[in-house]
Amino acid sequence: MDGSQPISIEQDVVLARQTVRRLAIECGLRLVDQTKLITAASELARNTVIYGGGGHMDWEFVEEGTRRGLRLVFRDEGPGIADMKLAMTDGWTSGGGLGLGLTGAKRLVDEFSLESTPGVGTRVTICKWN
Amino acid sequence: MDRIPILRMGEFLLVTIQVDMHDQLALTLQDDLSEHISRYGSKGVLIDISALDIVDSFIGRMIGTISGLSKIMDAETVLVGMQPAVAITLVELGLTLPGVSTALNVERGMRLLRERVLAQ
Ligand SMILES: Nc1ncnc2c1ncn2[C@@H]1O[C@H](COP(=O)(O)OP(=O)(O)OP(=O)(O)O)[C@@H](O)[C@H]1O
Ligand SMILES: [Mg+2]
Repeated sequence: MDGSQPISIEQDVVLARQTVRRLAIECGLRLVDQTKLITAASELARNTVIYGGGGHMDWEFVEEGTRRGLRLVFRDEGPGIADMKLAMTDGWTSGGGLGLGLTGAKRLVDEFSLESTPGVGTRVTICKWN
Repeated sequence: MDRIPILRMGEFLLVTIQVDMHDQLALTLQDDLSEHISRYGSKGVLIDISALDIVDSFIGRMIGTISGLSKIMDAETVLVGMQPAVAITLVELGLTLPGVSTALNVERGMRLLRERVLAQ
């Protein structure tokens, strides 16, 4: 990983958005892809605070031939997700949300993976290529 | 800054969001707006988001709530200045903002509000 920052409180969600904006520009993503990645990161960072009880965002620049990408990992050691299929359903929320965070984030990026173990924590990895 | 300023222009309220809002700030704005509508009997709310380079589900929900709240209080809400990249992203996120009126810029938004209020 090239860097990491804590995501513990609500204000850290704003800081995460700012970091992802800076990294996305550095990575050479075009404006609409920057916007998509920042928005996905905002959703995942908020989940980390609200449901995960806080955690971290790690980032890494990736390369494949001439393509460059930015990979972000949101991880926490919170309660985890018991039913991942349900959590990945549009409109499903255990709180008062719209249930769009996970599914929406998945639509906004090129690669998405959700790993979660009840009692251990949650880890969401996303990647956007330029 | 812990509050987004609300400008009173006759029977309308104008809000220009110029900072990347954290969630609490968005909720405070929602409360402040409904309080203003009720105190001044405002007929319309114009929300200018041209300075926002992202709108996520939280802000989107806030905009929807403000629009719904103002309707109940007999006021119209018009959202103006959404950047194209933001609009594309919102659709892909799955947030369609049902019932929220939009206009390209503040001038057109104001015109729309006036027409709406006159039509009543
Ligand atoms: N990091 C996490 N730890 C534990 N549970 C999680 C985590 N992230 C998501 N979840 C669970 O998955 C559900 C769906 O998350 P998602 O972000 O899609 O919707 P939401 O947060 O409920 O609403 P929205 O994001 O639209 O405001 C959540 O309600 C929560 O139960
Ligand atoms: Mg969420």
